[in-house]
This record gives sequence, C-alpha cells and structure tokens, in this order.
Amino acid sequence: MLQAAFSNIPAMIVLTGALVGIAASLVGTFLVLRRNAMLSDAISHSIVFGIVVVWLLTHQQSGPVQIIGAALTGLLTVFLTELLVSSRKVKNDAAIGLVFPVLFALGVLLLNLYARDVHIDTHTVLLGEIGFVWLKTVGIFGLDVPQAVVWMSVITLVNAAFVIFFFKELKLTTFDPQLAQALGFAPTVLFYALLALTSITAVGAFDAVGAVLFIAFVIIPPAAAYLLTDRLVAMLVIAALIAIASSVGGYVLAVHLDVSIGGMMAVMTGAFLAVAFLFGPRYGLVAQAYRSWTQRYADEVRALVVHLYDHEDTAARDEENVTTALREHLSWAPHKASAVLARGLSQGLILREGKVLHLTNRGRDAAHDLLEPWRRYRTG
Amino acid sequence: MLELLTDHTVQNVMVAAVFLGITAGVLGSFAVLRQQSLLGDTLAHAALPGVCLGFMIAGGRELGAILGGALMTAIAAALLMLLLTRRSRLKTDAALGVALSFSFAVGVVLLTHIQGTPNASQGGLDSFLFGQAAATLRSDLWVMGAIMIAALALVGVFWKEFKLVTFDPSFAGAIGLPVVLLDVALTTMIALAVVIGLQMVGVVLMASMVIAPAVAARQWVNRLEHMVLLAAAVGVVAGVAGALASALGRNLATGPLIVLAASAIVLVSILAAPGRGVLWEQLKRWRDRRALRGRQVLATLYELAAHHRDPRFPAEIGALDAYHGLHTQTALERLERQGLVRRASHMPDEDLHWTLTDRGHAAARRVLADVEAEAR
Repeated sequence: MLQAAFSNIPAMIVLTGALVGIAASLVGTFLVLRRNAMLSDAISHSIVFGIVVVWLLTHQQSGPVQIIGAALTGLLTVFLTELLVSSRKVKNDAAIGLVFPVLFALGVLLLNLYARDVHIDTHTVLLGEIGFVWLKTVGIFGLDVPQAVVWMSVITLVNAAFVIFFFKELKLTTFDPQLAQALGFAPTVLFYALLALTSITAVGAFDAVGAVLFIAFVIIPPAAAYLLTDRLVAMLVIAALIAIASSVGGYVLAVHLDVSIGGMMAVMTGAFLAVAFLFGPRYGLVAQAYRSWTQRYADEVRALVVHLYDHEDTAARDEENVTTALREHLSWAPHKASAVLARGLSQGLILREGKVLHLTNRGRDAAHDLLEPWRRYRTG
Repeated sequence: MLELLTDHTVQNVMVAAVFLGITAGVLGSFAVLRQQSLLGDTLAHAALPGVCLGFMIAGGRELGAILGGALMTAIAAALLMLLLTRRSRLKTDAALGVALSFSFAVGVVLLTHIQGTPNASQGGLDSFLFGQAAATLRSDLWVMGAIMIAALALVGVFWKEFKLVTFDPSFAGAIGLPVVLLDVALTTMIALAVVIGLQMVGVVLMASMVIAPAVAARQWVNRLEHMVLLAAAVGVVAGVAGALASALGRNLATGPLIVLAASAIVLVSILAAPGRGVLWEQLKRWRDRRALRGRQVLATLYELAAHHRDPRFPAEIGALDAYHGLHTQTALERLERQGLVRRASHMPDEDLHWTLTDRGHAAARRVLADVEAEAR
C-alpha cells in the first residue's frame, strides 16, 4: 500500500515539489520580511561552487557532506558580502552582486576543468530535473523511497522545527532587531542560522529544481502571503499552502503542455502572487480601488451635506439649496449631481421639498461632525 | 600569441568583449550609484524568456530577433518590479526577486517547450545561460555594436538629466524633470547592456558585468564623468583579459573568466585605490596612531618638567614606559629625529634619560593647547 504510493511517479514528483516549496517558504518568509530576499538569489547561485568543490573532493552528489558544504558556502557568501559592506566601499546591494557571481564563476570553471562529462552539468545546475526524482531511491523500513523525498522531508522538518522552536526570537529579530539586540537575543547568530538553513534547503532542492528556480520557491509564496495577511503565523501557513498548490497545479499543467515540471511549478507560484496582488482582501489592487471608490462616494455626499448646512439659515437658501445649484456652484455634471443627491436621500441625510433641499437631523449632525468635530467631545 | 590575434573567432570574441565592457561599464555606473545594482541581475535572468520567444518567432537562432526578445522581456520584468514596489507592500528586494525568479521560470518553461519541438537549430539556446563567446559571428558584432552605440548616444544626449536623477532625484523632480521617464530610460538602458552580454557571459553572470566595473572605477575617482570612462575601461580590460585567457587556456568558458577578471580588478581597487583604498586607510590609521603616541610622550615630558620646575628635567625611560603602559623608545627616537627631545646625560649604571629641547617645549605647548581647544 505504502510502497504503491512511493512508487507512484506523479505523486512523488508532486510531493518533492511541495516539500521544496514548504521548506523554502519557511525560511523565505523571514528573508522577505527582513528585506533580504535577494540573499536567497546570492546563496542559491554560489551554492554551485560548494556543490562542485564537495563533489570534487568526495565524489558525493548528495548526503551529509554536501549539506555541510552547502551550509558553509552559504555562510561564506553572506560573510564575504558583509565584509565588503563593512569596508564601507561598497553598498549592500552591490556587494551581494559582486560576491555570488565570483563563486558561481569559480564553480563553473571547476566543472569545466575537472568534470567535463559527469552528471552535474551546468544545465542541471540551473534547471533541475524534478521529473527524474523517482530514479534514485533508498530503502527505509523496507520501502523504496525516492532519495529526494527523504532528503527534502528531513530538511522540511528541520526548518519547521527551527521556526517553531525559535518562533519568538525570529519574530522579534525580524520586526525589531534593535530591541532583540538590547534584550540579548543575538540577532546576528539567528540571522546566520537562517541563512545556513536556506543554503541547506537550496542544496536539497538542487537536484529537483536547480539553483535559479529555487529562488522562486523562497521568495514568491511568502511574498504572495505577505499581500494577504498581517499575521506572521498566517503568512507562514498561507505560503506553505501556496507552495503545495503550485506543486500540484504546476505538475498538471507541465504534463499537459509537455514542458519543464519545475519551471511550471515556479510559474504557478507567480500566478498565485498575481492573484494575491490583484484580489488580496486588504492590499489587493481591486480592494484598493474599491476603497478609494467608496471613499470618493462618501466624500461627495459629505460635500453636498456641508454645502446645504452652510446655506441652511441664510437668505440665499432658496438659491443655493436647490438641485440646479449643485451643477453650477459645486460644478458637478448633471448625472453626477443627481447620483450624489440620490445617495444622500437614500442615506437619510437629506429631504426634498419641491425644489428645495433640507438637511435631516442626521444630515445636520453629519455636517457638524465634519465642520466642528471637537463639539462631539465637548458636549459628550 | 600573434597567431591567436589573427584568428577570426578570437577577433570576434575580442571585439564583442570590448563592446560589452564599454556598455556595461557606462550603464553599470548609473545602476551602482542609484543603488540598483541587483537590477542588472534581475534583468539578465528575465532575458531568458525573451531569448526563447525571439527564437520561436524567428524560427531559428537569429541574434537580432533573440536580442530583441530579450530586451522586451527584460523591460517587462523591470516594469513588473516597478509595479510591485509602487502598488503593493512588497519592498524592492522582494520585488526584484519575484521578477527575477518568475521570469526565469517562464524562460525555463519556454526553453523546454522549444526543446520538445523538432527544430534542428535549438541546441544553441542553452548557451545563453552561461554564454558562449566562441559562437559569436561577425554579423552578431554588428547587432551588438549597434546596441552599444544606441545606449551610448542616449547617455550622451541625456547626460545632464541622468546625472541629476542619479544624485538628487527629488531636486530633479522639483525642477520639473520627468523623473519616472528618466528612471524607465535608465532601466531600459541597463537592459541594453544586459542584452549585449547575453552572448558573452550569459544570463547568470551578467549581474557581475554591470556591477564590477562600476564599483572598481568608483574607488579611484570622485566625478561621474571620470567614473563612467574608467568603468568602461575596466570593462574592456576585464572583457579582453577574460577572452584572451579563454582562448589561450584549456577550453575554459569565457564568461566566468571575464567575471573573475573584473572581480579581481574590483578587489585590487578596493584594497589599493589611492586615498580611498582599505590599505591606504590602514596606513593612515597606523600613521595617526604613531603621531598620537609621539604627542602623548611629548605632553608627558612637558608635564613632568613643569611639575619639577625644571625645563630640562631628565625623565627616565623606564618611568615613561610605565606611565604609558607601553614601549616609548621608538616614539622618543622619532621625536629626537624631529629635534624635539634629546638624550640627557646620565650615570653609566642608570637607564637612558630624555629631556625636552626648546622646540620640544613649544611643540608640547601646541599639543596641549590643541587638546584643550578640542575639549572645549
């Protein structure tokens, strides 16, 4: 039964993709919130150097040595970047862009020199081969489980454990690093730990999706989640759900269109981001437009109410507080004037008596509130 | 060597490297100064789907179409990034990352789509990932040259505007310059530089070609005019050095070599640029520390003399060492060479003694006056 599941090729591919996505978005959430998203770009590129060096030394393409090598390379990248920044000769963004190409270039040259015809060619390095994850299996409890699934499960669990155990610390260092420092939480150590985990996740995901697509899994699901919620826990959960959905949807589409599975999964994360960007409940474009639209409507009614209030007890009342005056004095187009009037009437702020417009008590209160808001507090 | 230079392929690669170096250096200067260094990285990755689209439309590996497509999608990615930063709560870094990885993913999908279709000449597309300088044709050079001239002409025409937008965008906006338009223009031009580099160094390493020459040049000069020229020169040197090394060496890829050459120049510049370099800073710090020690010793001798009401009071070196908690011999010898102190006569069984000269008294008074002025 279980073995059937582990031998089901599509299931294993989708599972690998989902695990990569979950593990990546767990760390990615904090990178995005800390405004260090591009460090994942740097790490995922320079990790190529680490993978090649470890491969040349041990001839192991995955496993514990590669994991350690990856963590060290990631930390080396960040360390070199910070070193450049601390010399105050180079800004942070330029430093990132200087360090990772060097490591990547060294990795490519080493491949050129020593590994012309081996499995890790430069193509795989960038694109991954998630479609072939089922080829390499390991036996666990008498079951044949794809290696990638095993490794990504372990890495996902480690990342999840890190986030759960250090949730308070991560939250504090992310949102208020100064306070974290003052309270003695060692934000730098936590930051480096986060980046080490990012590197490890990158090397775990490397065979499946390659160096560049990995960035999509780190940044895009958390970015989409960030557009949907203000709560950290919700952001982590939503990002993970998006990662899972992208894996499933990406697989189906990729098979249907006969294109790269990993690529399609990454494209799907982008689709979810687009949806969040457009239709997010509070920050989405549609919600923003709706808010400014209702705001404008409310403002128009307010303008009408204030206009009526201004001239309520004056001699000019019969001239000002009539429908035609709205066109001339507020210079509203006829259809707009009647629309605003209709809204004022239906909201019970205005009464019409023949041609003349009167404020109701509620309308007068509304005008009071706008013109002399302090009264509310004085009279209680 | 001469043989190498007359080789057609090598000649092509060299000329392409020169074009790339000039364009990337000049436009990279603006990107780095505007703190948009990673924009080059994003645009380079975003060129991949355009390469594929160009290939699909032209039906073959035709450089004009491919570079045109690359330019289009790179600009689209830049606009996507602008849209995300302006109209959502995502910050620049996340927006750059989203545009980069999403565009690249689309590129990968298109690439595999093309590879799934029967087309004889599809093999060359992979080369745009890492660049394949040796595949540069004479006709490609015309395309690259034209792009370079277009980019340089734009910089020349809008020099003043670009300069202002780079250093003081709010002032530029205040005097009525179309800041957004200039922003878009500069971004587009970085896309031009990226597009030239595709063939040479590929999408992944292009970030370095935009950043490295500009950062290196920035260390040596302070004026934008000089920086742009120097960055172009650095770009050319790195490009030619990388191309030559690749032609001479054991079939090493040109792109990584060019990037390493440029990065080496950056390293040297950061360390050794006169006045600004890290080594110079260290040297200055060392000199300052030495001068400070001299002044301290001078002040101590002066205070001792005043305390003992004897302007020629001989102070014992051991006492001076103990007082300062460090070795004062070298500092005293330096002061002696400046004629501020001299060795006092002393008994053979005693340690060396030092006393202030008249000039030393004057110098010590100046030091103490300085200290007092600073304290106030």
